[in-house]
Amino acid sequence: MSKRLIDLQHITKSYDKQMVLDDLNLYIRENEFLTLLGPSGCGKTTTLRIIGGFEMPDAGNVIFDGKDITGLAPNERQVNTVFQKYALFPHMSIAENIAFGLKIRKKSKSYINDKIKYALKLVNLDGFEKRSVDSLSGGQQQRIAIARAIVNEPKVLLLDEPLGALDLKLRQDMQYELIRLKNELGITFIYVTHDQEEALTMSDTIVVMNQGYIQQIGTPEDIYNEPTNAFVADFIGESNIIDGTMLEDRLVEVLGVKFPCVDEGFGKNRPVDVVIRPEDVELVAPEQGVMEGDVTSLIFKGVHWEIDVMANGYEWMVQTTQMHPVGAHVGIRVAPFNIQIMNKPESSDERAVEIDA
Amino acid sequence: MRNLKRQLLAGPYLIWMVGFVLLPVGMILYYALTTTSGQFTTFNITSITASVHLKALFLSLKLALACTLICLGLSYPLAMILNNMNGKRHGLIVFIFILPMWMNFMLRILAWKMLLSNNGVINTVLGYFGLPGLDVLNTPSAVVFCMVYDFLPFMILPIYNAMSRIEKDVIEAAKDLGAGSLTVFFKVILPLTMSGVVSGIIMVFVPALTSFAISDLLGGGKVLLIGNVIEQAFMQEYNWNLGSGLSLVLMVFVIVSMALMNSHGEEGGAGIC
Repeated sequence: MSKRLIDLQHITKSYDKQMVLDDLNLYIRENEFLTLLGPSGCGKTTTLRIIGGFEMPDAGNVIFDGKDITGLAPNERQVNTVFQKYALFPHMSIAENIAFGLKIRKKSKSYINDKIKYALKLVNLDGFEKRSVDSLSGGQQQRIAIARAIVNEPKVLLLDEPLGALDLKLRQDMQYELIRLKNELGITFIYVTHDQEEALTMSDTIVVMNQGYIQQIGTPEDIYNEPTNAFVADFIGESNIIDGTMLEDRLVEVLGVKFPCVDEGFGKNRPVDVVIRPEDVELVAPEQGVMEGDVTSLIFKGVHWEIDVMANGYEWMVQTTQMHPVGAHVGIRVAPFNIQIMNKPESSDERAVEIDA
Repeated sequence: MRNLKRQLLAGPYLIWMVGFVLLPVGMILYYALTTTSGQFTTFNITSITASVHLKALFLSLKLALACTLICLGLSYPLAMILNNMNGKRHGLIVFIFILPMWMNFMLRILAWKMLLSNNGVINTVLGYFGLPGLDVLNTPSAVVFCMVYDFLPFMILPIYNAMSRIEKDVIEAAKDLGAGSLTVFFKVILPLTMSGVVSGIIMVFVPALTSFAISDLLGGGKVLLIGNVIEQAFMQEYNWNLGSGLSLVLMVFVIVSMALMNSHGEEGGAGIC
């Protein structure tokens, strides 16, 4: 385990009495690719801006490499940021943009020139030194923004939805570039996004946030396969989230049918949320399923079909490589280990309850 | 068919251009280069070297420059303050600055004549507190003061516009890369507002250089600007030829100053013309 580089302790922040972050605790390890993931307004960008120094927390401390940097201005921190809208300096050439931080640190001319060459090579834009910012596409501008940040050799690179403004193909290419960059540079990346696919593809650790609280911290596999609550399950990929009753250990009743499952310790006859991923629902011949239903819609998604099946009063979302036409009568089956059982939140507020990390 | 429609739409504009721009300039050129009896001469233009005219031209340049510098000095910090204000309040402040422009230009000058006169409101108030009165009316200071008052919005608005177009992200990026407040100002904010500064300078310097109404009313005949000389040539001496010749010289100064400013402002974005 590498050491903790950044430690956020009891961070609280509100705007105009609106609580954005409430007693947030989070640590980030050296050389980690950590993603803050959540819907807009969940506090992920605020968290990043507090690390960058652009926002001051109302309470709590930011510890960086063992030192308290809560009160330091952005220009006094060893972190650099890549902004969502690139934020390149429009009045400077590409080379001048990249040299900006180095000139402030009074590096020698030859050092700066070497760094510019190196950084442009790293982001696959060799020879762009003299180009103007306007003449670059969005993807190229974002790569320059990354080059401008990394020439300063920060210990941490903060990325605020850096791919949000790019089209799908470019976004996927850039995701691989970012992973490659992270491996080549060996620095810590803190990445903010609302795109769960992006988070799953790139991260070592994902922090799922909602309404200012951390919902779950874990590896992409953990978060996807073992969501801790219905919010995380719903946000990370699509899910069938159904009201159920835990009859006893390893047996849950859903929509009037008893399903064997692998969860224990919920007690007897407790109302729970049952989460089943659409790709884990098997469509079989009617007599082979535990439940029967009719296909109500069919959409081709490339790799798979997305099928809605009405069964026992619930519209099941199913992803399968097998085609079933609309109106077909089918059976539904779910393997016990593919059923996730979660405690029901006691009130609507508790969807956002803090989970101890 | 579409082309014809387009040409028809351009009609009024063409008539305007020919009738109110090209024709008058042509007439000025004609009058400037002829004598009263219609013979060719360059005397009207070279008469700028007459000491009275030169003195007026230099005083005009001096006062216009002073006015421009004062406007710039006042406007830049103000634009920064406006830009840092929240939405509702800065709208009100901008409105207040534009409000005087809704009043007639002459009325504003006359108002200042009343305010600044020896028995005017300002001196009465000063006298009430036992302070010495101001004796600025009929001096170049009064003229510059009123010019600043009249032309200030033309400096504030382009600078404020340029400043409000700077993305907050860009400022934050500069800080993020290690820039302190001074570096952010000189390396980012100032270069990105240069186009506004250039527009503002042109929009203040040119009318200040050519104005005659302000010096007429607040100068009391003691402050003779080149605009006043030209006005007198046309309106009092009925010497349209001399007036046109001097106008032509002034036009050259205006064009040269605009060209200078524009070539300077190019890196910061488009100038005004």
